[in-house]
Amino acid sequence: MTTKEYEMYYVPSQSRWPIIGAVALFMIAFGAAHYVTDLKDDVSGYGGYLLLAGIALVIFMLVGWFRNVINESMMGKYSHQMDNSFRQGMSWFIFSEVMFFAAFFGALLYIRTFSVPWLGGAGNNAMTGAVLWPDFIASWPLLKAPDGTETTNMGWYGLPLINTVLLLTSSITAHFAHVALEQNKRPQLKAWLGLTIILGLVFLFLQVQEYAHGYSDEMQLYLTSGVYGNTFYMLTGFHGMHVTLGCIMLIVMFFRILKGHFTPENHFAFQAASWYWHFVDVVWVILFVFVYIL
Amino acid sequence: MTTETINESLVDDHHGDSHDHKMTGITRWLYTTNHKDIGTLYLWFSFIMLLTGGALAMVIRAELFQPGLQIVEPDFFNQLTTVHGLIMVFGAIMPAFTGFANWMLPMMIGAPDMALPRMNNWSFWILPFAFAILIGSFFMESGAPNFGWTFYAPLSTTYSNGSTAFFVFAVHIMGISSIMGAINIVVTIMNLRAPGMTYMKMPLFVWTFFITAYLLIAVMPVLAGVVTMLLTDTYFGTSFFDAAGGGDPVMFQHIFWFFGHPEVYIMILPAFGIVSTIIPAFSRKKLFGYSSMVYATSSIALLSFIVWAHHMFTTGMPLFGELFFMYCTMLIAVPTGVKVFNWVATMWRGSMSFETPMLFSIAFVILFTIGGFSGLMLALTPVDFQYHDTYFVVAHFHYVLVTGSLFSIYAGAYFWLPKWTGHMYNESLAKWHFWCSLISVNLLFFPMHFLGLAGMPRRIPDYALQFADFNKWVSIGGFAFGLSQLIFLAVVIKCIRGGEKAPAKPWDGAEGLEWTVASPAPYHTFSTPPNLDEVKS
Repeated sequence: MTTKEYEMYYVPSQSRWPIIGAVALFMIAFGAAHYVTDLKDDVSGYGGYLLLAGIALVIFMLVGWFRNVINESMMGKYSHQMDNSFRQGMSWFIFSEVMFFAAFFGALLYIRTFSVPWLGGAGNNAMTGAVLWPDFIASWPLLKAPDGTETTNMGWYGLPLINTVLLLTSSITAHFAHVALEQNKRPQLKAWLGLTIILGLVFLFLQVQEYAHGYSDEMQLYLTSGVYGNTFYMLTGFHGMHVTLGCIMLIVMFFRILKGHFTPENHFAFQAASWYWHFVDVVWVILFVFVYIL
Repeated sequence: MTTETINESLVDDHHGDSHDHKMTGITRWLYTTNHKDIGTLYLWFSFIMLLTGGALAMVIRAELFQPGLQIVEPDFFNQLTTVHGLIMVFGAIMPAFTGFANWMLPMMIGAPDMALPRMNNWSFWILPFAFAILIGSFFMESGAPNFGWTFYAPLSTTYSNGSTAFFVFAVHIMGISSIMGAINIVVTIMNLRAPGMTYMKMPLFVWTFFITAYLLIAVMPVLAGVVTMLLTDTYFGTSFFDAAGGGDPVMFQHIFWFFGHPEVYIMILPAFGIVSTIIPAFSRKKLFGYSSMVYATSSIALLSFIVWAHHMFTTGMPLFGELFFMYCTMLIAVPTGVKVFNWVATMWRGSMSFETPMLFSIAFVILFTIGGFSGLMLALTPVDFQYHDTYFVVAHFHYVLVTGSLFSIYAGAYFWLPKWTGHMYNESLAKWHFWCSLISVNLLFFPMHFLGLAGMPRRIPDYALQFADFNKWVSIGGFAFGLSQLIFLAVVIKCIRGGEKAPAKPWDGAEGLEWTVASPAPYHTFSTPPNLDEVKS
């Protein structure tokens, strides 16, 4: 058995973080379920507190878990093979996120291609239209739902266009930061990464402005405004959450870089955060096309 | 080099390299990062869930023993069928396969552990919490979910009871668990194979779990998406599944079954892997057509993404849709036929013996094929209009899930129990388990075909008088099958506590790296990868 030259694969000893994370997830799920149930019944309960406590615990768990992993990595316990495991794990995680968005984009396309035209009597559904809502006229964006809910259309020019430019630029700056890291140019790395974070935060700020505009009396575009409002807020909302998460990742990377972490050869965490950033960028482009323009 | 010397050197390696010792007490299980510990946890959890879901089924069969309402209210009956389905799918079958993956994959590919051991622990331990929420909803004022395991809108939105949010978040946790488990399996297989084990040299068991894990990563997020839309429809006033706002309840079915159809293959492909390991071992021949098995499994997985609407033939789809989904579905019979042919060809002129794992595997081949054929009948659009939502469908999916997936799990459990515990199980008790299960399961599910063809609808607590005789026999079969599973519990406990000492390789026809290590398998195996050439010789 002369396999000694083969790298050792590091198998960590026991860890208490996962079970803490399991309890935290339980608190989040149980608390959130109580919270939304109470919200619907219009009573006050402890669900919200449990939810917040769960989120706090999950943050505590993530900090502790990642500290463990970072320490092990800095101690040089990780082989090249381990690095590959992390990379592949992250790519498949991003793929699962893609499929999550696919469910919502699929819903959007189904609604636009089938359900709204069918309600208006398209295909062999003339009777559906005539019997259910004879006055309903199919259109997209659906500004007047069959039940009479009215709303207005969020145009693609203005804030959404600016946001598109911001995110596309941030993807490029993130790439420059990565190149700088690989060439070991630390000042440029900090500058490009800092710029990426700022662009992301400005994007989020403008997104909040856009929501405020949508919820204003002038536009009356609410989450409940028929299926146009539903798809608009669910898609942009989940995207916004992912941008927030991406920003947090990049900020953590920024502080790790300030502490002198990462080398041109060894920077999985940075790469993962940057992959994630490119992923939210691509989702935005698809979203911009199908939610705003078309 | 003989097998014995390799064993010793591997065990010695383990003593030399291991830093952490096997812990004792509850913290061993709570904090563990060991793939064997986590596999054991998964397997025990799934068996507890099997008995829980089975207990619900016993109440269902007691209510259906004779016409009229006897034991439970109709609404509670709906809760029973819903939670029975959810527990069996997400709590019993899927975790059992993940348990097999955890125990066996690293040993089969010569890896020291799963690729991401801490995440492995997390993906197990969130599961009991998810099921605590789901089962706990029985004790809520509103009762448990009552809209069927497929939770069709508007039953699960407009007409749902107060526990829907609990159901949604429980499903979210189950999904997170499955995705993390699947990522771990994919990464382990891609990255931790022993040098020299190319993809086409992997055991077929490894292949099937590899493909299943891809399916999981692709469709569990879609399930998360659809339950999220359901949550906002119910609690936040959106109208994805409500025509009044421009949505469509049928869209729910499209998104759900885009997840749901790959999901049923998630529950059967690993079964193919287990059976493809066991049949060659007890036929003392190589698996017939290894590469065609790999391609067949991949084709089934790919086709599973374009057949979902065969669950929805009666929803008024356009004719082109009905034809497309009918032909694509029937196409799946081709790779499945390749598999059944290969299993039979493996046994052909083999030097066969009939220990319990082999008995369960042969029963699998025959009974799964029955389930496959009834599936083919259901795939035919015109006749599906008659079968839809009848007991024929119930018979079909219980043949593929109980005599298919569950039988393969039993086969695998008996096959690897000596490796897991270090003892041989009691063969005669195990044979009792097999024969009792085999007879009762057919008494339980076979008459359901006729009930369905005669028009008995599923998910109804009462039925017309002409169905009474068959339902009585079905219920008797159900109780007998339920009780037979306690024999398995007895066999396992006896096997853990003692029994004949198992050699490293108790089955003379078995192949694979897992048989080159001692029984019970040492806590850490393959700290350094094995040399495949030496093992082969």
